[in-house]
Amino acid sequence: MAETVTEVQKKEADTPQQGERTRQQRVYTPSVDIIERKDDIVVMADMPGADEKSVDITLEKNVLTIYGKVESEIPENHRLYMSEYGVGDYHRVFNLTNEIDRDKIQATVKNGVLKLILPKAETVKTKKIAVKAA
Amino acid sequence: MLWSDFERLGRFWDPWQDFEPMRRSLFGNGRTSAIVEFPAVNIWVDGDDALVTAEIPGVDPDTIELSVVGKSLILRGIRQPEEIKNGETYHRQERWQGRFSKTVELPFAVESDKVNARFTKGILSVELPRAEAEKPKKIAVKSA
Repeated sequence: MAETVTEVQKKEADTPQQGERTRQQRVYTPSVDIIERKDDIVVMADMPGADEKSVDITLEKNVLTIYGKVESEIPENHRLYMSEYGVGDYHRVFNLTNEIDRDKIQATVKNGVLKLILPKAETVKTKKIAVKAA
Repeated sequence: MLWSDFERLGRFWDPWQDFEPMRRSLFGNGRTSAIVEFPAVNIWVDGDDALVTAEIPGVDPDTIELSVVGKSLILRGIRQPEEIKNGETYHRQERWQGRFSKTVELPFAVESDKVNARFTKGILSVELPRAEAEKPKKIAVKSA
């Protein structure tokens, strides 16, 4: 499916139902890939303009929140001649269905991509049960 | 920029605001329907140069190819998909992947040997100085 997609468009995030944001800043929903592996779940999010210092990740109960702050840089004395993307923060919330081992979560940001490794808790790892002949 | 300009434009001047109505008239609602080829670019200009920025997260900067021909800037590269091993499954796959080649039309010809590019936090910025021959000339008006 993904091979045929040639268009990209940043999606502006919806205003949260609880209230409005205090910062007058655009907020976008980052595109993500989520891969489930045997022992963990990997979340990769495109957040160009954000780095390891400006990304906040919280996990409260089963709710994973990703927030990336981006300072928009407007070049001095220049005017915008053509614009295909806007600049703003990133925000996205996921409900996790798996139990996660919170102490072992790893997060890195490289070249504008956040990579989150969420290790599954020991108790929920799939166990193979050997079937013995009677 | 003068302070009076700030007041006129508002303290939080949003340069993208001007593009919203245009985008809407072209693409309807404009929120999700606009077709943009990867990577999305913005072009900033003043009299002497153009600044092209592109969001190319997750790409090794060494693999980005840039070339300039006359008024065109061509960006080429590849965004590798994650390798999936046996037993691993995608729950979501929204990030764009594949080989890209995008031509950006600039408003003027540029000095191709003075082009400067850098890549930080997944954003490529290319500075393209305007070609000498293309720079606007000031013409003095003489009294007869």
